[in-house]
Amino acid sequence: MSTFKLKTAKPAPLSQVGVTGWLMQNLFSSKLNTAFSFIAIYLLYLIIPPLLDWMIFSADFTSATNNECTREAACWSYIGFKINLFMYGMYPSEEYWRPNLLLIITVAFGIIARLLKGNRYKNKVILSLFFIYPFIAFFLLYGSETLGIAVVETHRWGGLMLTIVVASVGIVASFPIGIALALGRQSTMKIIKFLSVFCIEFIRGIPLIIILFMASVMLPLFFISDIDFDKLLRALIGITMFQSVYIAEVIRGGLQAVPKGQYEAADAAGLNFVQKMALVILPQALKISIPNIVGSFIALFKDTTLVLIIGLFDMLAIAKLATSDADWLGRKTEGIVFVAIVIWVILFLMSQYSKTLEKRFNTEH
Amino acid sequence: MNKDEIISIKGVNKWYGDFQALNDINLTIKEGEIIVICGPSGSGKSTLIRCVNFLEEFQEGSIIVDGTKLTNDVKKIRQVRSEVSMVFQHFDLFPHLSIIDNITLAPIWVHNKSKQESRKKALELLDRVGIKDQAEKYPNQLSGGQQQRVAIARALCTSPKIMLFDEPTSALDPEMISEVLDVMVELAKEGITMICVTHEMGFARKVANRVIFMDEGQIIEENTPDNFFKNPESERLQLFLEQILT
Ligand SMILES: Nc1ncnc2c1ncn2[C@@H]1O[C@H](COP(=O)(O)OP(=O)(O)OP(=O)(O)O)[C@@H](O)[C@H]1O
Ligand SMILES: [Mg+2]
Repeated sequence: MSTFKLKTAKPAPLSQVGVTGWLMQNLFSSKLNTAFSFIAIYLLYLIIPPLLDWMIFSADFTSATNNECTREAACWSYIGFKINLFMYGMYPSEEYWRPNLLLIITVAFGIIARLLKGNRYKNKVILSLFFIYPFIAFFLLYGSETLGIAVVETHRWGGLMLTIVVASVGIVASFPIGIALALGRQSTMKIIKFLSVFCIEFIRGIPLIIILFMASVMLPLFFISDIDFDKLLRALIGITMFQSVYIAEVIRGGLQAVPKGQYEAADAAGLNFVQKMALVILPQALKISIPNIVGSFIALFKDTTLVLIIGLFDMLAIAKLATSDADWLGRKTEGIVFVAIVIWVILFLMSQYSKTLEKRFNTEH
Repeated sequence: MNKDEIISIKGVNKWYGDFQALNDINLTIKEGEIIVICGPSGSGKSTLIRCVNFLEEFQEGSIIVDGTKLTNDVKKIRQVRSEVSMVFQHFDLFPHLSIIDNITLAPIWVHNKSKQESRKKALELLDRVGIKDQAEKYPNQLSGGQQQRVAIARALCTSPKIMLFDEPTSALDPEMISEVLDVMVELAKEGITMICVTHEMGFARKVANRVIFMDEGQIIEENTPDNFFKNPESERLQLFLEQILT
């Protein structure tokens, strides 16, 4: 009778491990794959070195005037001179502390929310911060005569500050409206359902650029008044309308993905409609929808550049505007590349954050 | 209506589109009675008990639960649902809430009980169904049998007068069935009114006051467990019993 002998594990073949293993598996696993890999490497070779050269190696970071600055590569001192314009637009320079302070408050609120983790008052504190924040933001950025903060009209707002204001108002305001529309679309009450479907389908069929036009031309017609209806406010209303219907559709997808049994268990327990949605269905639906919600926010962030067509100066519009400065002619590319980098960094952080959000929700249960 | 009658179902007809799922159902249940409903798949058992807490609407007839007549009136439906608890085939625990939060959700929000009081009661119930140490876990960390026992604790935490069970053991692995049935037998002894759709005939023999056989949306036969199994009258029931008892 032969006894069974355990075989010792052999080391994996070279094609499975290490750098060569990775290369074999991912880049050169088949003839076609190898061909594509070589094409891709060649294209990168064509693009990357000159780009790096223009952006970094031959770039000029120090020259003080346009004439001293190199013509062959990027002149980043231009951005240095114009940085305030890119950040704040025409916001008066003696008031820069206000948006800066708002930024600090925002970060501080974020840290407070983090530190409260596990605290029993967490939800109440976060909710109250959430409610006072818009007021703080409004009084800081716009100002108020009664509070003794000088008013800065919105047509002077611009740059990254304006981009962020438009995007965050769009994001924050569209979220509850989107949820309401998504629930309305599922309602058994025919009128509510019809209205929700109508809003969603109507607005979804129109490009943002036209909504912005309509908001800037038509909204003033509805509000019969001599006061010039604030341009920024019009843009915000247009963008919120646009974003709400997209969020509504994303959340509808989440609602439909929640199993029927969850609705029934909530009903059977005697919860009313609001409780059922708020306590049982929406938490699950939103969790499912996070990637799509963030995707839609990222799209919105990029779309905010369209506000330039109704005469608001977001960062991209500033990049264009800054080229008209006679002292810095011919530096348009630098401006646009700078804007692209800033927006890319912000969007990259947003999508990273969404990944950690997803992970957190998944490990929690 | 008789004083100790807690559920009275009269002449109920229900259609899904033009398919008739319930056909002239008449049934009265006294307080504390244990009713077992069985029958082949698609015979309308689930539909019937789901009408009792109005998860399903019915088109004709009347159902009165503990003095409240079921109509489309939202208030009345919620009144009935606050007295009637249900345990589902697939447990349907809320996956985003911990076990203890699953159980205390309805007491806190529907019955306006304090959080403390509800937690205390929930822990007692978890102890009773034998899984007190799992209170802080999430549903998907539990086995099927444990989840179903949590679902029973959740149903009990609102102190219902009536418990509805829709095939509570048929989604479970065989070795977990008895742990759930044991809990149900304990419950039955305590005098709570129960309607159970189940094919566990051992359970029916042990605790049921009446066993009901349904087929094609109708109540075909209704009897005490003894007579039900020993002297089935209709041919269909005989056939059905042959199938499930062998
Ligand atoms: N939502 C629905 N729409 C249409 N038909 C339905 C619906 N729900 C159930 N039915 C039909 O009604 C009949 C009764 O269904 P029911 O679920 O009550 O059967 P059951 O006795 O519980 O069967 P099972 O043992 O398989 O659970 C079946 O023929 C089923 O196809
Ligand atoms: Mg069924």
